[in-house]
Amino acid sequence: MKAEVKSRDYIAQHVQKIPRSGIRDFFEIVQSMSDVISLGIGEPDFVTPWHIREAAIYALERGKTGYTSNLGSPALRKEIARHVKLNFGISYDALTEVIVAVGVSEAIDIALRAITNPGDEVIYHEPCYVSYSPSIALAHGKAVAVATRAEDGFTLRAEELRKVITPRTKAIMLNFPTNPTGAVLERDEQEKIAALCCEHDLLVLTDEIYSDLTYLRDHQSIASLPGMKERCIFLHGFSKAYAMTGFRIGYACAPAALTEAMMRIHQYSMLCASIISQEAALEALRNGEASAAAMRDQYEQRRNYLSYHFNDMGLQCHLPKGAFYLFVDIRTTGLSSREFALKLLDEEKVAVVPGDAFGPSGEGFVRCSYATAMDQIEIAAVRIRSFVSRLKKKN
Amino acid sequence: MDAILKILEENALASPDFIAECLNCDAEEVRRKIKKMEEDKVILGYKAIVDDEKAERTVVRAVIEVKITPEREGGFNRVADRIAKFQEVKSCYLMSGSYDLLVEVEGPDLKHAAAFVSQKLSTIQGVLSTATHFVLKPYKEQGTLYAQESFEDRLKVSP
Repeated sequence: MKAEVKSRDYIAQHVQKIPRSGIRDFFEIVQSMSDVISLGIGEPDFVTPWHIREAAIYALERGKTGYTSNLGSPALRKEIARHVKLNFGISYDALTEVIVAVGVSEAIDIALRAITNPGDEVIYHEPCYVSYSPSIALAHGKAVAVATRAEDGFTLRAEELRKVITPRTKAIMLNFPTNPTGAVLERDEQEKIAALCCEHDLLVLTDEIYSDLTYLRDHQSIASLPGMKERCIFLHGFSKAYAMTGFRIGYACAPAALTEAMMRIHQYSMLCASIISQEAALEALRNGEASAAAMRDQYEQRRNYLSYHFNDMGLQCHLPKGAFYLFVDIRTTGLSSREFALKLLDEEKVAVVPGDAFGPSGEGFVRCSYATAMDQIEIAAVRIRSFVSRLKKKN
Repeated sequence: MDAILKILEENALASPDFIAECLNCDAEEVRRKIKKMEEDKVILGYKAIVDDEKAERTVVRAVIEVKITPEREGGFNRVADRIAKFQEVKSCYLMSGSYDLLVEVEGPDLKHAAAFVSQKLSTIQGVLSTATHFVLKPYKEQGTLYAQESFEDRLKVSP
């Protein structure tokens, strides 16, 4: 007898509820076209610096192909603790307060799963990286969004945050500099938010993945404020600063009890991050500052160039202080984010990402990544200019 | 000044307008600073880096280790200057170690390069000895790889 199978029943309810990523549909359209200049890429266009790749090759040559400690190799954890102390002024114990993960994505996942009871509320600010809300839901938490506004440069206001705190709020997730807006959190606002967290006994998950890509080099992590280390999970990785996205390597630093809790999940799911990637990451931290600085200089030039051209063609965008994205205001064109992106792709073969893919308050904006070679950016700027001038004539 | 130089060292064709847009400053200012650096010989020149094989040119290159006698006045400079002025000499450096000058020579064929060494270079007063090494294959030129890396399978859109 043939059994009737309803495949929908196999899928857990909380997974069924997760919407498809808004970027996914768009990705498929772009991927099917040729000769597209893409400003839609959320990863560095640079190949990983050679000395880092060479360290990975050397690891293979020496037969470094086994597991490491669940927490990550002691040498790498030690180097991470040194790096975080030096650049962020926060002291973590390399043995008990640092865990190496498979990218910051995994670090976010294990952090959320380690702290969330079913129904706990976790607040995040949007527009934001596409994985935050689904990661909270997958940890059986309730994702609570706080909208940020263009007028505020998309930074998070403490008073907006206060409005959504309830007795069930467990944690807030911060990502400054922000993907997709490039927003940063100014110090006074950071202090107010820290005070709110203390007042309501909240944890903070701070995703610092773009913190090495700030152009004024004045980044301060909320975890460095007095009394905050104890309630922060500091998340960082190598993908952006050292152009190591494919290595899938990141880390979390947190008080020992939290690190231990994250380790329990990590040891049964991932066991450990790839030893080859860990060796590469070690080289990045030990000798990578010059190559990271050279890439940062390039991003800064491209940022200035592209933002000059957007403002010059009448599309407003603020000069982001970090990351490698311009969040361009396209409301004057009368088109929605999605219409603008699709029309631009169709008419000029330039891909940008509709702002609403990062949350409803991204509507009216498009994200333009300048992690693309300068000659491509120059052509893209010319094409967007002619697209925008045609739109204006019509209006 | 430094930021402008950095851009020009990467791409000497970068226009003052382009540089100004990259550095968020005034184009006139950039133009003025570049002119000043050219006048002060901070910028010595602008040249293209050519792959001779692709340009279908036969070029023979050699690096020559030269030992010379330093002079009472001027040390190595007079002889070094004299060598450096030959058109065949592409670069010339005073070195530490077992020889004094490293001279890079270029010619249309082996005969020309060899003739330069035997007839011009080694006969200069003060040159004690030369050791010539011919270049077999170049891999990197002035910071530019011959086989440039590209990463074309990068996803076109990613979060």
